[in-house]
Amino acid sequence: MNLFPGALPLLAIAIPMAATVPILVCGRRPNLRESWSLLASIATAGTVLAMLPGTLSGQIAESRLFELIPGVAIAFRADPAGMLFALLASGLWIPTTIYSIGYMRTLDEGRQTRYYAAFALSLSSALGVALAANLITFVLFYELLTLATYPLVTHHEDDTSVRAGRRYLIYTLSAGLALIAASAWLLSLGIDGTFVAGGFLQELSGRTGILWGLFLLMACGVGVKAAVMPLHSWLPSAMVAPTPVSALLHAVAVVKAGAFGFVRVMGFVFGPALLAEMGAAQGVAVFAAVTLMLGSIIALRMDRLKQRLAYSTISHLSYIVLGTAILAPAAWVGALLHMVAHGVTKITLFFCAGAIHANAHKDNVSQLDGIGRQMPYTMTAFALASLGMAGLPPFMMFASKWYLGSGAVAANMNPILAVYILSGILNAAYLFPIVFRAFAKPPVPDPDGHEIGEASPWMVAPLMVTGVLALALGVFPDLGFGFLELATQVAASVMEATP
Amino acid sequence: MITHLPILIVLPLMTMAFVVTLAGLVRPRTAFPLTILAVAASAAASVRSLMVVAGGGELRYALGGWQPPVGIEYVVDGVSAFVATVVSVVALLVLVGTRRMARREMGRRMGPFYGTVLMMLTGLLGIVVTGDLFNLFVFLEISSLATYGLIFMGGRQAMIASFRYLIVGTAAGALYMLGVGYLYFSTGTLNMADMASRLPAMIDSPMVLAGAALIFAGLGVKMALVPLHWWLPDSYNFAPSSVTTLIAPISTKVAAYAMLRMFLSVFPEGYLRDATPVATLLVALGLAGALLGGAAAMAQTDLRRILAYSSISQMGFIATGIGLASPLAATAALFHVMAHSVMKAALFLAASGVGYRTSQFNIDRMAGLARVMPLTMLAFTLGAISMVGVPPTAGFFSKLYLAQAGIELGLWPVAVVVLLSGLFTLAYMVRILERVYLRDLPGEIGETNYSGAVENTSATSVRKATDMPADTLVPTLILAFGTIVLGLLNVPIVTLMLGPGVGQ
Repeated sequence: MNLFPGALPLLAIAIPMAATVPILVCGRRPNLRESWSLLASIATAGTVLAMLPGTLSGQIAESRLFELIPGVAIAFRADPAGMLFALLASGLWIPTTIYSIGYMRTLDEGRQTRYYAAFALSLSSALGVALAANLITFVLFYELLTLATYPLVTHHEDDTSVRAGRRYLIYTLSAGLALIAASAWLLSLGIDGTFVAGGFLQELSGRTGILWGLFLLMACGVGVKAAVMPLHSWLPSAMVAPTPVSALLHAVAVVKAGAFGFVRVMGFVFGPALLAEMGAAQGVAVFAAVTLMLGSIIALRMDRLKQRLAYSTISHLSYIVLGTAILAPAAWVGALLHMVAHGVTKITLFFCAGAIHANAHKDNVSQLDGIGRQMPYTMTAFALASLGMAGLPPFMMFASKWYLGSGAVAANMNPILAVYILSGILNAAYLFPIVFRAFAKPPVPDPDGHEIGEASPWMVAPLMVTGVLALALGVFPDLGFGFLELATQVAASVMEATP
Repeated sequence: MITHLPILIVLPLMTMAFVVTLAGLVRPRTAFPLTILAVAASAAASVRSLMVVAGGGELRYALGGWQPPVGIEYVVDGVSAFVATVVSVVALLVLVGTRRMARREMGRRMGPFYGTVLMMLTGLLGIVVTGDLFNLFVFLEISSLATYGLIFMGGRQAMIASFRYLIVGTAAGALYMLGVGYLYFSTGTLNMADMASRLPAMIDSPMVLAGAALIFAGLGVKMALVPLHWWLPDSYNFAPSSVTTLIAPISTKVAAYAMLRMFLSVFPEGYLRDATPVATLLVALGLAGALLGGAAAMAQTDLRRILAYSSISQMGFIATGIGLASPLAATAALFHVMAHSVMKAALFLAASGVGYRTSQFNIDRMAGLARVMPLTMLAFTLGAISMVGVPPTAGFFSKLYLAQAGIELGLWPVAVVVLLSGLFTLAYMVRILERVYLRDLPGEIGETNYSGAVENTSATSVRKATDMPADTLVPTLILAFGTIVLGLLNVPIVTLMLGPGVGQ
């Protein structure tokens, strides 16, 4: 199967990037254009999947292009951590594409050609972030991801989205500048920035000033996309984008690029040994814990469904960040699993929110009385995902939270365990009332007399699939994708490197 | 052939300048093809000499067979071949791309116009290849006089701007000349290489110090260093757009090259940095210019004026790179000479296309323009992205190297300003791009007006605008995509062409 293992990582990034061309060319023939999108998503996921056996067995696929800076080449490497993120992003792109077709056509949105092209480019950049083998390549795709998602955030071209887009650019490009500054600093120290499990900065051990400077730059750089407070405010405003964008990019690809950035910075740039020496992990842990709690509390007070989900995302991203800051193997397994668990679960919730918006034109939680009777499949998926978000067994998020919690205990950080448990309760508190309203309360008759029914099958099918997936992955964590195996390998490789 | 390459860079332009002027008087239509021919010949010689000297090595040519240091010598090393290639190739693309604007703006004055253009290019490329300080002055004056004339062709306001530039520029030329005079009286030579060998012996002489200061002031004006920049915005704004599009990408860059030349081949290594405030001033004023230029650009509503202030800001980086006086910083400065020239040419070509189609440059009246001029705006967007410094565009790498050079020298403010000024650039570019992409055309349904009252005539001209024809569009797009290609190919450029010349 792996005839050219060296070409696969490159191919996984090149397919969606190349797909923008036929998508743009077929702009006047929507069916053909969407076929290209779907084809690209399937081909990309297939390519990523093809790398999985190699990664699991230690035969890691690598691609190396020309030098971008003297001594530093554009290089990709399908290591376990990158594979996990790549599998998640490319795998969820397929249901999102199907969902997009239903959503965009139901709402009769304009500028769909630009939409699908920018989507493909965003995915390509997200995969570039996932598979980047060194910091420069990472930064390259991190910045490309910002630019590629800008047209999606401003899709509606009204004042709100233009403002949101401006804020989005300022936040994320400033973050990019922080990473560029860190890269320049590393280059001036003669370090090329190739990611190594356990970190590559050991030679700087003892030079506290430099280490802290680098760490702050990098943590701020990835912290913006991971929406760690106080760098989070671009995310709620970016919810003006069409819902599939919020679903895949602002719950999975873009924000997870930030969370994944923490995985890279903590585990592959600095490494547990240096972080322990500097005491930097505790600082991250404090910010992440505060974000985690505040995000959940603010989510409680949000009436707009997408806003509530956005703050929930902010909170859950910090689960991951906090997990990486607990320098214990179990916490790392939990953090990486949580990337997957949250991705699958939250995308379901966003899909449901979008289906409600498209079909019932309702955006606020307070309007959702009885919607479960009108859109039973959608709301069943929503209920499933809500149970998952609360961390009930046997959902996948139970597994990830379990690992996170036991990591906190193992690292002797019991307050963090309390934060995880408390936030789990808050998750239930901001999601269950929606389910209750939807099923227990009688529907409000529509003032215009429209009958509200189930959304288009193009939307319902993907959201059912991801909803069930959130459950299935809890029962069988590997499910042919090897998520648990990958997470364990990452945790082991990062922690074992500790001298 | 190869031994004659240095003179072949300048000769076609100088000869053809007279031919074009005269031929253009008789038959205006011949001016354009003859000009293109001359610039293409010069570009070919530049590219060929770049291929010869890449990787180290230089070409020396004694003019008229008079051996230096008595005679005038032309020297082409990696750095000058690189800058000559940038200037001549960009000029070629811009001249092709502005043919239609020039025909509309110049009418029957095609002969004098293209003759003056060739004269200006003669001066600019002469500055690049000469190895003689006085000869450099001569070329500086040739290019300046030609530039005054070109700006002058833009009408009443342009005449005032041109006159102001003339006064400042002449003073600058005189300062440079005076500085060279001081050096000549100290060393008894005008040849750069010869002077470089004699200066170390008299490094404490106040005459040399005065010479360095005067040369710095003179070239500082020419490269629009803050606070000597104020001639530039009006000149770029009021000149005919065919002229602005040509001079904005290349002329200040050549002055910067001349400044760098003083560091590399005239004054002893480290002299300008350690014994004089010249290097420190270049860094300080360069950084100030980067910020002030960016801030001023944010306040403008005229597209050309935004780009003019952005030039001041970008020249600040180049000045900073020269002033840091380390090999990496010089590389960054030279790379930015190329990056800025290519992206500014793309931006100005796109802007003059907009001006050609809509007869105005007010960004408030450009709402929805991307719908009717998509490819022009694509070029503009790529140029803007490169200007902001997003990887992998060329603009990113010059900033990265400059920041790296600053950090290596322990000068943190340099790295901070260089990177933060990208946000300034972002601010003024986003203002334009938002209007162009995210707003509706005037008079469409769901109209959102930025400016309030839009005059009907300009609204109609915006609505009816279309992309420029292929002969204008293709050079624009070549330059725009060039920013990405050159960014990706920066390693061979930096290591093969620039590295040996800057002593890396």
